[in-house]
Amino acid sequence: MDTEHILEMRGITKTFPGVKALADVTLAVRRGEIHAICGENGAGKSTLMKVLSGIYPHGAYAGDVVLDGEVQEFRGIRDSERRGIVIIHQELALSPYLSIAENIFLGNERAERGVVDWNRTNAEAARLLDRVGLAERPDTRVSDIGVGKQQLVEIAKALSKEVRLLILDEPTAALNDEDSAHLLGLIRGLREEGITSIIISHKLNEIEAIADTTTILRDGRTIESLDMHGDETVSEERIIRGMVGRPLDHRFPEHTPAIGEEVLRIEDWTVHHPIDQARKVVDGASLTVRRGEIVGLAGLMGAGRTELAMSVFGRSYGTRISGRLYKDGHEVTATTVQEAISHGIAYATEDRKRFGLNLIDTVQHNISAASLGTLARGGVVDREEETKVAERYRTELNIRTPSVRALVGKLSGGNQQKVVLAKWLHADPDVLILDEPTRGIDVGAKYEIYTIINRLAEAGKGVVVISSELPELIGVCDRIYTLSQGRVTGEVARADATQEHLMHFMTMDKDGIAR
Amino acid sequence: MSTTTDVNVPSPTPPDAPRVSLGQRLQGLGGNARQYGIFGALVVIVLLFQVLTDGKLLLANNLAALFQQNAYVMILAIGMVMVIVAGHIDLSVGSVVAFVGGIVAVTMRDPIGLPWTTAVLVGLAVGALVGAWQGFWVAYVGIPAFIVTLAGMLVFRGLALVVVGETLAGLPPAFIRIAKGYLPSELLGYVGNMDALTLLIGAITVGAIVLTQVRARRALRRHDLHVEAAGLFLAKIAMIAVGIGVLTVILSFSAGGTPIVLVIVGVLVVVYSFLMGRTVFGRHIYAIGGNRQAAALSGVSTRKVDFWIFVNIGFLAGVAAVVTTARAGAAIAAAGQGYELDAIAACFIGGAAVTGGIGRISGAIIGALIMGVLNMGLSIMSVDPSWQMAIKGMVLLLAVAFDLLNKRRAGTQ
Repeated sequence: MDTEHILEMRGITKTFPGVKALADVTLAVRRGEIHAICGENGAGKSTLMKVLSGIYPHGAYAGDVVLDGEVQEFRGIRDSERRGIVIIHQELALSPYLSIAENIFLGNERAERGVVDWNRTNAEAARLLDRVGLAERPDTRVSDIGVGKQQLVEIAKALSKEVRLLILDEPTAALNDEDSAHLLGLIRGLREEGITSIIISHKLNEIEAIADTTTILRDGRTIESLDMHGDETVSEERIIRGMVGRPLDHRFPEHTPAIGEEVLRIEDWTVHHPIDQARKVVDGASLTVRRGEIVGLAGLMGAGRTELAMSVFGRSYGTRISGRLYKDGHEVTATTVQEAISHGIAYATEDRKRFGLNLIDTVQHNISAASLGTLARGGVVDREEETKVAERYRTELNIRTPSVRALVGKLSGGNQQKVVLAKWLHADPDVLILDEPTRGIDVGAKYEIYTIINRLAEAGKGVVVISSELPELIGVCDRIYTLSQGRVTGEVARADATQEHLMHFMTMDKDGIAR
Repeated sequence: MSTTTDVNVPSPTPPDAPRVSLGQRLQGLGGNARQYGIFGALVVIVLLFQVLTDGKLLLANNLAALFQQNAYVMILAIGMVMVIVAGHIDLSVGSVVAFVGGIVAVTMRDPIGLPWTTAVLVGLAVGALVGAWQGFWVAYVGIPAFIVTLAGMLVFRGLALVVVGETLAGLPPAFIRIAKGYLPSELLGYVGNMDALTLLIGAITVGAIVLTQVRARRALRRHDLHVEAAGLFLAKIAMIAVGIGVLTVILSFSAGGTPIVLVIVGVLVVVYSFLMGRTVFGRHIYAIGGNRQAAALSGVSTRKVDFWIFVNIGFLAGVAAVVTTARAGAAIAAAGQGYELDAIAACFIGGAAVTGGIGRISGAIIGALIMGVLNMGLSIMSVDPSWQMAIKGMVLLLAVAFDLLNKRRAGTQ
């Protein structure tokens, strides 16, 4: 039995139709350490953890998962939990209207012949809560406690399953500083008890503070494993270099900016979370967009990019929104989507299936959805004109569909994205905000989307591109703003934009102090 | 459905024309495959009962009665299908029918004694107001329509009792004619034993359908959109023409000719099909039902649309109330019980999706006719009413199950 390593993952390869999510990934976790995994969005971190926890069952991937020296063949999450592996996802999986104790023992009830023993349940829950340092009664409803405390309930739940290897996916992403510090302290405490942790995080300062080893993934491959206590001190810059150090591997169409007047300006824009109303999701952000300019918004998950964009687009996200919005130099208000559209502002969502398209309707009807008024006379849609418009975009954007009357749900992701773009192109906005316009689409289609973006800028529109792929932002944008924890932390011109430079601003804490 | 082979068969279509699979071909029918299916089911059920009742089902007077008895379902189903497409439901229409019926009766009887036409207008306005009331709670307060209209079901049944007491009879004959009367045959006289006016209306209907179908086909052609094969198209047109022709001729032999309610339903079907298919408002209903959030983010005012579809179904419940009250010759506090379920069943048999976004006026009408034919056929066969109910329940279940299985099969291919 391998006594040094509790876990080894060897040569893990996982492919999805058309995409290789993991390619020959290796991970070795020593017994009793805190092992951090870093990588950009889409580097394969979550996929790797799904392989480890059996969400992708044995046979759905190539390679070996070796626990305590034995190859494991997990068929599901129950198998991995039986061996002491527990994963805590970024979106917490608690049932909000059940009590803390009920949640801890959900699916693992303290029961006798199907009848729950409530005394035992609550007593054991109290003991677990004590262990994680949560001062709440076990019968408190989970919806009544904050996210930070809910995170601790998740850990208590893991401990109830006699966890030996705890996996935390972005555990502090939604937490404030105090809760984060408590959580990190707890993870350290668990290390003293002999529990091994794998922690996935974007917050490099936390990794630097807590991890014993850091493994870096990039494009579904293991790049390196760094010993954090080795002879050479590992700085954040060192980790960043590993995360982004790829050559630009897609090509970008040529773009010569012809920049004109300012078209959109946001000043001191603050947005609060719709449910947790005390939390600022966007905090005093200011930015400008000029005609003919492509402006990027860079930021890690939870930085507030989408929230900023959607709150500007007719307040379709958030509560207690404050700040000033200028269009062509005049202050305007846009409290509804209709108003935003009438001011010439458009927003193409990052989640096209949920927010962008009516999948059970046709290509034609989706393209006209945001501009039906211009296609109608006296409230009656001119269907011939509508068909012509749809056909025009089908040709111009090269939307591959058997017919404009085919259902959008049947198209590939790239073509669906083009339908979303066509919808907003036909609304003829002055400012078009594109949120993750190339997410989940193949390289060829990406190039086509970049070309469309360039054409929009050349037509004198202001384009804002939100993307998690830094090479994409650097390749496409004229100017890039960085966001971190709801604040604009930097503004970088294209000439100065490097991934290291951007990542430096993106990982700044909210006081603007680079570490 | 389509199979791929490695054999290199020369393509029958020019190389740059996209290949059309059978599934796409069916889509080329305008997503109508399901509509044809339900229409076919109606034809089969009619023929089945025609045989089982020894030809009594399609006797002239029975055919007229079929429309007169089921007009209320069709009228309510038109409003209901719009509500269902938008992703809501309305459980209150039965009670609203009783309530509005009471209002109409009270306003035209002494002591108020308004002319029956005015009373009808008052009834329609009250129906729309009831709809506005429920629409307000659904659209602007955000209470699920199921709850709002469940409450409405109780509220308006109660108010119906208050207004009507038990029964208010003695309504003017002119009012009763709405449901029991026929278009005046004297106008054009008779051709043999056939009512000439009925024949004329039938001919105009066939002509209008053929014309719109041909024009639609031409428009598709002009944009190089896929059209069904010429043979199939002609067969379809011929079938529709013959079907309506036969019904017209049968109806023209009936005691009175064309029932007035048939004209009312016909006008409503044309107007609302246009509203749903061709107007911005109709398009917004489908957009909201298909993906509410995407519609909102495309600038559709979801609240306004929600509000107006409830005003509309309130108005149509008013129309149904007029027809029902006229047919009974009296306002009855217990009238309209179960009407909401008849209308909902008609929509789902007619292909509306429980999750919203899918459904057509024509489908709902066919669904209502299927239920009506079942009713009449089983009644002619003197099947016990309890069994009639059970049989209708099974038909609803099977229709939706069949639809679901079809979709699932289509999804896996």
